[in-house]
Amino acid sequence: MTDVPSKHAGPVGGTPAVQMCGITKRFGSLVANDSVDLEVYKGEVLALLGENGSGKTTLMDALCGLYFPDAGQILIDGKPVTITSPKDAFDYGIGMIHQHFKLVDVFTMVENVVLGLDQPGKLDLKAAADKITQIADTYGFDVDPYQKVYDMSVSQKQTAEILKLLYRGADILILDEPTAVLTPQEADKLFAVLRNMRDDGKAIIIITHKLREVLDISDRVAILRKGRHVADLVTKQTNEQEMTDLMVGHKVHLNIDRPLPVDPKPRIEVHGLTVKSADGLTKLDDVSFAAKSGEVLGIAGISGSGQKELLEAIAGLQPVASGSITYIGDDGKREELVGKSPRDIASLGVALSFVPEDRLGMGLVANMDITDNMMLRSYRVGSSPFADRKPPRQLAEKVVEELDVQTSGISDPVRRMSGGNVQKVLVGREISSSPTVLLTAYAVRGLDINTSYTIYDLINEQKKRGVAVVYVGEDLDVLIALADRILVLCDGKVSGIVDGRTADKNKVGMMMTELHEEGGANDGAEH
Amino acid sequence: MFDITSFIQRAIVQSIPLLFGCTGETITEKSGNLNLGLPGVMYIGAISAVIGSFFYEQSLPDPSAINPALAVLIPLVCCVIGSLLMGLLYCFLTVTLRANQNVTGLAMTTFGVGVGNFFGGSLISLTGSDIPSLSLSASSGIIGQTLPFADSLGDFGKVFFSYGFLAYTAIIIAIIASYVLNRTRVGLQLRAVGEDPATADAAGIDITRYKYVATCIGCVIAGLGGLYYVMDYSKGIWSNDAFGDRGWLALALVIFTLWRPAVGIPSSILFGGLYILYLFIPTGTDLSVKELYKMLPYVVTIVVLIVTSMRNKRESQPPASLGLPYFREDR
Repeated sequence: MTDVPSKHAGPVGGTPAVQMCGITKRFGSLVANDSVDLEVYKGEVLALLGENGSGKTTLMDALCGLYFPDAGQILIDGKPVTITSPKDAFDYGIGMIHQHFKLVDVFTMVENVVLGLDQPGKLDLKAAADKITQIADTYGFDVDPYQKVYDMSVSQKQTAEILKLLYRGADILILDEPTAVLTPQEADKLFAVLRNMRDDGKAIIIITHKLREVLDISDRVAILRKGRHVADLVTKQTNEQEMTDLMVGHKVHLNIDRPLPVDPKPRIEVHGLTVKSADGLTKLDDVSFAAKSGEVLGIAGISGSGQKELLEAIAGLQPVASGSITYIGDDGKREELVGKSPRDIASLGVALSFVPEDRLGMGLVANMDITDNMMLRSYRVGSSPFADRKPPRQLAEKVVEELDVQTSGISDPVRRMSGGNVQKVLVGREISSSPTVLLTAYAVRGLDINTSYTIYDLINEQKKRGVAVVYVGEDLDVLIALADRILVLCDGKVSGIVDGRTADKNKVGMMMTELHEEGGANDGAEH
Repeated sequence: MFDITSFIQRAIVQSIPLLFGCTGETITEKSGNLNLGLPGVMYIGAISAVIGSFFYEQSLPDPSAINPALAVLIPLVCCVIGSLLMGLLYCFLTVTLRANQNVTGLAMTTFGVGVGNFFGGSLISLTGSDIPSLSLSASSGIIGQTLPFADSLGDFGKVFFSYGFLAYTAIIIAIIASYVLNRTRVGLQLRAVGEDPATADAAGIDITRYKYVATCIGCVIAGLGGLYYVMDYSKGIWSNDAFGDRGWLALALVIFTLWRPAVGIPSSILFGGLYILYLFIPTGTDLSVKELYKMLPYVVTIVVLIVTSMRNKRESQPPASLGLPYFREDR
């Protein structure tokens, strides 16, 4: 989907649809936006790039009325406006799709769409549903207006969000990391719709971390760094390297290392693993594979295909319906993990770091500081009834120093830290226990390029130490660049295991959505 | 001999305070506010009506000179003002100051009952009466006035027409609340506020206004339950603590109805029936058996909680943000 035939011929020019001048927003002593200037024209897609904490979302929140800027002026179609609430933003035709969808779960799509609209007269859901179907047909969506949100897939929810804005007649659309949770195919579909809208004369701002998407969809790129607007580029005249360097502020090495596995030996063997959820749904169905020492096994799949259950089953957190999980020690001793307690499994050297969507739900306690969170792994050490706080404090200091964690101090609650730093603490703690197996899920979820590369380096370091790494990821480009082998899950079944060095992104994407028989037995990472 | 007509009639009479409380609390909870101060609010509603009525009756030279319109309006207005103030207090603490809702609610129940008993005791001592109760029979006679043709219709009249106007008001309010919540824009928006305030906020709904208005309306409706209890059910006789655990029962009823005000009408009658069942079952002199029967409404609520949790249907769950404060810039 890189070269797209389009009647679109670049920005229309003239008066910008939106012009933001000197926007400044402070949170306490932190300056999130420092007199940022930004403009978007009708009929163009502007990509907004920046590291985590560079102020992209804050800037867009100011435009859609969630935050009120401390200084600066916003002009819509050349006229100065004051936007103090989301309602004002709607009135000016500005609509934003947030990273976390703003949909009421127990409502239908049509109920969500009409929410907040102050139209006179009776609430007529039928007329609204007809209008939704009509809009959906115009731009090429496929929808059921009466579907409940909790029954929708992630991409359907996103469609509902977009329709919500179009229904309100928004002509300035802001999308905050819209492809983070989509499969490559769904992302392509979304981009096709966005192109339709752009050609329809709408102004679109897209926030994303994926540089390939920026090159694919955008006309112009605006780059923020530490709250300042540092560059404005025309997409056709730039490349990934230039954008990254501007974003980070110095030269960045853009290739993920993939050292050859040294002496891979099976470390964990899974045979016929079946896991059922509490309400009886099959989450994993007859899954078999081996994770080897000194190798990164990537796990690909649409979110909710059983990745979480797989890691939890290995760590002993999920009851197993049938099948076996065998741990093979350095001395060749085999131990069955099914039926063992999580504590016993952890003592064998199996470490789990799972980063859920909200980043804090698993593994770290938001209100506790770094030291206390380190203690969660070691509080049982020693026989004294009092916990020894010295080693965890030293560990906390070590993690902060070695992983360059940005924090005001190790006694600050972790919830005050930004997502990337929280993740460094979590991964740092798991690695510090010198594991023999490292299970990570979504380790770079929501992280910017620079921090992501720090995490990839950490994973590669563990791999060189002979650790068997199981890496569950969302970004296929990264999986293909990092993993030695990729196991593709589709609806709880293994749809194939492919070699990371020869894998094709589109083929893996296809395998994620439908069972792929031929790849099933082909274990391609023997070197 | 089990007298079915009289049982139903008394069950309905019992059910009305519960229905007021349940409808009011459902509206409040739909905005995401868990108002455990409900028993206190109903208590304040009752004592406010008593205070108003008491001073009106005291100002009359003789009970027969009572003006029917004033006899209804004065306690009604006092009750509305009293419970509205409680609602505003609750909102100010939990919405504006974002205090913990459970703690605030429980404190308000203690506060409401304490204030009620204080003023109740003061009024009783003003009358100089020997017995620890206060009688407002003149006003109560007018408020509790039944339809004139009820007596001529036999059992049918007794079951359907033998109540004061407040009983019918309770049912009408429940029906209107159900319609507004499910069929109108305001209702849709209110439910969105209780389910997912961040989403509602992004959709341009004024969260603070919805929470304040819904909670205050809910408190006023609940307060009417207190008014009905003292001026109709107990025939204008106030004695401290006689209101009992009806406030808690109304809270249980909200869960029992799964937050549906229309379902509250039959459910409250069922609860009313269970509440007085012990009076109709011959238990002899063994009073402990009676105490077991009094537990029935709570047992039923627990069973409903278990069943609905097991069925795990999304629509039967409480509003998703119930009990949680909302602050836009919190992340």
